[in-house]
Amino acid sequence: MGTYLIKRFFLMLLTLLGMSVIIFVMLRLMPGNIVDIMFDSAGFVDPLEKAEIEKELGLDRPIPVQYFDWIWGLMHWDLGFSYVSEMPAAEELGPRIPITAKLAIMALGFSVLFGVPLGVISAVKQDTALDYTLRVISLSGLSLPSFWLALLILMFSVAVFNDIPIYMEPPENLLDELLLFSIPAAAVGFRSSALIMRLTRSSMLEVLRQDYIRTARAKGASENSVNYSHALKNAFLPVTTIIGIEAAFLIGGLIITETVFNIPGVAHFLVEAILMRDYPIVQNLVMLIALIVVTVNFIVDLTYGALDPRIKYGS
Amino acid sequence: MTDVDHQLELDKAGANINSRWDAVLHFAKNYPLAVGGIIIVIMFVGMAIFADVISSHDPVQTNASLSLAAPSANNILGADMMGRDMFARIVHGSRISLVVGVSSTLLGGIIGVVIGLMSGYLLGWFDLIMQRIIDIMQALPLLVLALVMAASLGPSLENTILAISIPLVPRVARVVRSSTLALREMPFVEAARAAGMTELRVAFRHVLPNTLAPLIVLGTAQLGSAILVEASLSFLGLGVPEPHPSWGRMLSENAAEYARVAPWLVIFPGLAISIVVFGTNLLGDALRDILDPRQRT
Repeated sequence: MGTYLIKRFFLMLLTLLGMSVIIFVMLRLMPGNIVDIMFDSAGFVDPLEKAEIEKELGLDRPIPVQYFDWIWGLMHWDLGFSYVSEMPAAEELGPRIPITAKLAIMALGFSVLFGVPLGVISAVKQDTALDYTLRVISLSGLSLPSFWLALLILMFSVAVFNDIPIYMEPPENLLDELLLFSIPAAAVGFRSSALIMRLTRSSMLEVLRQDYIRTARAKGASENSVNYSHALKNAFLPVTTIIGIEAAFLIGGLIITETVFNIPGVAHFLVEAILMRDYPIVQNLVMLIALIVVTVNFIVDLTYGALDPRIKYGS
Repeated sequence: MTDVDHQLELDKAGANINSRWDAVLHFAKNYPLAVGGIIIVIMFVGMAIFADVISSHDPVQTNASLSLAAPSANNILGADMMGRDMFARIVHGSRISLVVGVSSTLLGGIIGVVIGLMSGYLLGWFDLIMQRIIDIMQALPLLVLALVMAASLGPSLENTILAISIPLVPRVARVVRSSTLALREMPFVEAARAAGMTELRVAFRHVLPNTLAPLIVLGTAQLGSAILVEASLSFLGLGVPEPHPSWGRMLSENAAEYARVAPWLVIFPGLAISIVVFGTNLLGDALRDILDPRQRT
């Protein structure tokens, strides 16, 4: 166990280090930098002035030097400055992170709340009309583009309530915030709930075929007892994995949803920063996302071992 | 114990199949959702191939007098802000979705197969390095990786395909690698080696064909994601550029702005994306049931 943990931890660091090199190089490969974009709108370009700004931002230095500068800063909790606002990147990102985190937690809550029970029902009622309906709904959850779903919700609310549930100013109290976030969270959580439902269903069906379930039935256990206390407990194992992975991957859906609902979170900010070639923001954000993903994977791995005593580490 | 309906069980198992038509009916009865998926996919491909025949309008022809025109006999799905016929744009947009979806799935699939096969077959340092690279790629959500790649490559049809295909590589490589690891110890692989075949030939002639079933299942699922990612990238302005009519971009351009006066600008392109992805997902599910019976749900 101990050596396994150390090995896993080392691999996590290696992954993050690799990610930092890749993202850094990819950003520098982008056509045009912030200075080009600034001068694009000006029309006339004075090469001297351009070179001066590039120098000021440190873009004229060799790429390896820029890279080590960034990593050195990261090791000292210094994320650099945003090229666009010229504020420290940490100050730009700080207030936006909780917004995205809240949305992600609500979306995940929504998807577990709907995904797990509906998956169980679908499995227990296998091949009935209800099962088919639920399966079609879950499949459509994987098929609807989240931005379209979001646009439809906006259109519907304008048509019915004559009001748009988008972010205008920071909500004043918790209730307002919950109300405001519930619709985008549902729009982005629909996909995850569909995934969780499908996995719960197939995992449940897998377990229901096992011998010990037949034994339980033979002993006269009621249908409910078989389904919920014998089967569900074991069927839930693979579902924990997908919930963990979805938690980290929700950020993909949030990029779109935050854009449509005009929510000032980090996911939308990432797109803005990419379009403006705001390297310090993009590279730090990408590293943050990667850090979350590898950490969640690590935690899921450990939970899996704790929940299923058959799994041993390090062999 | 309930009574067994013998006739029903026989039918289910495929008895009494005498003609090709019987076989089709039998398939349709066993996999009703698959038939829906196949029909949608055929219609989608047909729409892309015969786009010019289906729609008489030019998808890029602007017409100021038709700006935001409501659906009518002439423009059955209405027209956008620049007066371009929405029906023509959606029909022609299927080409972009199909080309980007299929090419990026294939490209990502081929790279993934080569990496996975070599990893599982050669093992050693090659495998070690490839596994670490795949770890790195999997540390970012599909859309985030595609987004950064699309931005660093610059907007064009080819670059969008490349930006979507690379994030699809890790899963293919993982699936092929794990099948290869299991297969390389099989007696028939050993026999091929003993017969004096080169390692490369053994890998491609004997190991690869046995990984095809899970690959096809994965490929169909990835086709759906590729189409969705293309739509998302184009929606964010980082995908297929003008003048190509992309479904995703149709929704971003000014759809949200004009949603109130021209809801057809929002409804139809999104519906097109949803139906096509739904069709590939139905097909993918059915293929998994057929080709991979262990995972049958």
